Amino acid sequence: MPMLDRKLLRDLLRLWAQSLAIALVMACGVATLILSVGTYRSLEETRTAFYDRYRFGTVFASATRAPQHLKSRIENISGVVSAELRIVRPVLIDVVGMAEPASGIAVSIPEYREPSVNRLYLRQGRLPEAGRRNEVAVLESFADAHGFRPGDTFEAIMNGRKRTLDIVGIVLSPEYIFALGPGDMVPDPRRYGVFYMSEEALAGLFDLDGAFNDVSVTTLRNADSRQIIDALDILLKPYGGIGAYDREDQISHSFLDAELDQLQAMSSIIPPIFLAVAAFLVNMILSRLIALEREQVGLLKALGYSNWAIGGHYAKLVIAIAVIGLVIGSAAGLWLGLSLTRLYAEFFAFPFLIFRQSLDLYLLAGGVTIAAALAGAGKAIWSTVRLPPAVAMSPPAPTNYRSFFFGNLQRIGLFSQLTVMAFRHLVRWPVRSFLTTLGTAMSVALLITSLFTYDSIDFMIDAIFFQADRQDATLTFTEDLAPSALFTVSALPAVLKAEPYRHTSVKLRNGHRELRMAIVGMPEDADLSRILDLNLEPMPAPSAGLVLAERVADKLRLRAGDFVEVELMEHNNRVVEIEIGALAQAPIGRPDTGGPATSGAISVAGLAQSYVGLTAYMRLEALDRLLRDGKRISGARIQIDGAQLPALYDKIKSTPAVASIALQGVSRVRFRETVERNITTSTAVYVTLAVIITFGVVYNSARIQLSERARELASLRVFGFTRAEVSSVLMVELAVIVLLAQPLGWLLGYGLSWSVVEGLATDLFRIPLVITPGTFAYSSFVVIAAAIVSALIVRRRVDRLDLIRVLKTRE
Amino acid sequence: MNAVFRTNDLTKIYRTGEVEVRALNGVDIELFEGEMVVLLGPSGSGKSTFLNIVGGLDRPTSGTVHFKDQELTAYSERKLTLYRRDHVGFVFQFYNLIPSLTAWENVALVTEVARDPMTPDEALALVDLGDRMTHFPAQLSGGEQQRVAIARAIAKRPEVLLCDEPTGALDSKTGILVLEALMKINDDLGTTTAIITHNAGIQAIANRVVSFIDGKIAQVDVNETRIKPAEVVW
Repeated sequence: MPMLDRKLLRDLLRLWAQSLAIALVMACGVATLILSVGTYRSLEETRTAFYDRYRFGTVFASATRAPQHLKSRIENISGVVSAELRIVRPVLIDVVGMAEPASGIAVSIPEYREPSVNRLYLRQGRLPEAGRRNEVAVLESFADAHGFRPGDTFEAIMNGRKRTLDIVGIVLSPEYIFALGPGDMVPDPRRYGVFYMSEEALAGLFDLDGAFNDVSVTTLRNADSRQIIDALDILLKPYGGIGAYDREDQISHSFLDAELDQLQAMSSIIPPIFLAVAAFLVNMILSRLIALEREQVGLLKALGYSNWAIGGHYAKLVIAIAVIGLVIGSAAGLWLGLSLTRLYAEFFAFPFLIFRQSLDLYLLAGGVTIAAALAGAGKAIWSTVRLPPAVAMSPPAPTNYRSFFFGNLQRIGLFSQLTVMAFRHLVRWPVRSFLTTLGTAMSVALLITSLFTYDSIDFMIDAIFFQADRQDATLTFTEDLAPSALFTVSALPAVLKAEPYRHTSVKLRNGHRELRMAIVGMPEDADLSRILDLNLEPMPAPSAGLVLAERVADKLRLRAGDFVEVELMEHNNRVVEIEIGALAQAPIGRPDTGGPATSGAISVAGLAQSYVGLTAYMRLEALDRLLRDGKRISGARIQIDGAQLPALYDKIKSTPAVASIALQGVSRVRFRETVERNITTSTAVYVTLAVIITFGVVYNSARIQLSERARELASLRVFGFTRAEVSSVLMVELAVIVLLAQPLGWLLGYGLSWSVVEGLATDLFRIPLVITPGTFAYSSFVVIAAAIVSALIVRRRVDRLDLIRVLKTRE
Repeated sequence: MNAVFRTNDLTKIYRTGEVEVRALNGVDIELFEGEMVVLLGPSGSGKSTFLNIVGGLDRPTSGTVHFKDQELTAYSERKLTLYRRDHVGFVFQFYNLIPSLTAWENVALVTEVARDPMTPDEALALVDLGDRMTHFPAQLSGGEQQRVAIARAIAKRPEVLLCDEPTGALDSKTGILVLEALMKINDDLGTTTAIITHNAGIQAIANRVVSFIDGKIAQVDVNETRIKPAEVVW
């Protein structure tokens, strides 16, 4: 091995602590990239594979009761590959030992063959057999939530009749990756179940012999879904069809999509920030490290090594550090990515997992890391190599310090000579001092960026559960009822207060922009569920006009005062124009509607929910006038006396008009759980990485300062200064830098957090940018703690300075 | 005798900040093949600057240096590098060994790039360090370190050996060992050797003694008889 390479290896060993710290900073940048992009890609690929293998539909429609003979006409629509006609009905579920009523849907599966669309993945047991009227296969999430296994039973109220159902199989479906119950913000498999029965059995139960009420089709890859939707609408209209929709609007898909969008946004925002910060820090550290090698460079030149050979040597050192960082980062990123992907896959209930390794990520991470390292070291190498060897070998000429204002201050005894030394050093190298400060500030900023999501989620939970939707529960009727139903609700046990609401599915249009969503009608004096204006203040629904969530207005490019075209999907697709009265806050997907609407068309309700983040409000009376079918309510929001809850549950279970009850408390807990499971895990990873980066930077800055000033400090010791006094020169410098870095870091952190919020905003979900003082304080605390630990390590080195050797020889 | 170096009105001015230092002020001298020259003079008299310039470590402000029949001062950076690599050996006061390489490896650092080197073992044997080859600089005494530096300097079989205070950091006993090593190289290999020293006693081992004062050559003495290093009065 050439001697220069041996020197390289030994230098690496000599500088192991610093090299490792630099490598770890790089590793963190690399790991975030590989973990987040890798996780996203793996989940995306897994979903695609699941959809393809289990023939997830591309267009969906429902009707009240359509004849089976439409099948051939549906299949003849240009672009349709196959169509599966089904019966899909909402049911109430009664599980032994569970007080609150659960709801769910029953879906038919064809007899004697596999479904051609939306196939089931059989996890356990078998599918229901033809002719066995009580056999069901249940969705795995529901089974898991109740500990069901094949052979167990549960009861369901179907079409007003209670039946005991035998579980014969446990399945997964691409259609219900997210099985979201009415009124829920996140899936709650305990209270919401999907189960599959033979077509004949369901047809008998719901009087749908020879008929269907739901159809899913698969289409050619390049088919125009708009045309297929129009054709389906025409075919189904006479049979109560209320608008076909494509996969984008399918509830499970759109939620999964929103989740994956967020992961993707996360993977496109956070890793670049980490990678850029790591690159900057490595750049800064390496340039100073190489500058310290000045005398060895001079010697190598004196010995006849060319500039290229010497430059190459140091480049190799830098690349070696970068490669160590790359290897550690790739391994950590791979491991974390795999764990995170498993966690998500489990949450999404994918039957299998495809973990995708992407060469391009490693190349990108490697390229960025090595380039940043070389760029950092390059300038230092070049400026050192360019010096004539005689100059390089002698210690640099004494720096030309200037007295600035410290000269006078010190004369009046304000600062000790040592403090003045520290300040002069800082002021003498303003660029370097600034860069070190900036580097430390970046660490603060990274921590804030990683931590602020907790604040935002707390804020969201507060806004949703304590400001906007303050009801204890939301009741949804099986169909819209006369306002007198509210009296019945008020008379239910435990109900202290009841507020009606009405909702209807619509398409909002402004020019070529169109959104499917629900309009929710609210009473003027609504107090349980309130609309929040843009300042989060409660506002009443205006007597006329529409209140749009800010996101909806954004998407449709509308402002208050504009008119919007509204197509009433449940009312013969009548189109009206309504003025927008005001804009409101919809921080995240809010369950403004619930449950099955008119004619029990479940998918319409689903459709409304799939856009829960997209909300429009009207005064209840105004909505009644608009819909021209008299006064109607779709459900009620209620306040409950908790002590009588069991009685309420009992009553609801035997009240067929109530399709479901959604409990805010349960939603809140589930919401928190889900969020913590998803966001907290990744946040914890990012915070850990940010802490490592912080330590790497602060430690290296302190170490390099020590190397740069070793002779000076040793001289002080020789003059009779104590160890503590000598250390204080470095400590003062470090303290000034770390303190200056805090406000700068807060500012940078706010900026980075803002860009994360912008990047993460999806149609359904928007995280508010909220950073509490605690987060700023915690981030600063971590950085200052890292600084103190680094300072103590450096302090020990100052204590052990070999006075004679430092003074006598040049290292 | 053939001149190895010939300088003509060699001048070097350093500027640090507002201070201007005339380190060399019109030096004209010839160094001959195979001779041992001692450069004497107080601090700042220009000895080191002179050595650095003829060694290709630095460039003069004005004047010329000829190495054999080539004008050194006209060399490009690249040619200077090759000149140092192939023709010149350096020995410094503070040894300047690479701390992360062993004695043998420090010598090999040079033999790897030289045109016609001896082996590191041969070079170390010449300075009587055959048994310390695997030691790192930190494990060697000052005298041993300096002898490794000499071995490193001569391993390339240079035409000239330039030593800046080679015994400056050593006690008399180890200093003598180092001088003996230098003398042996000079005798055995016929390497032109220039030694800078503060120690006037050392001048007696040289063929000629050049005295610098204020950037100029004050006088040149020729020793009719040379003494052995062991006889140097320290």
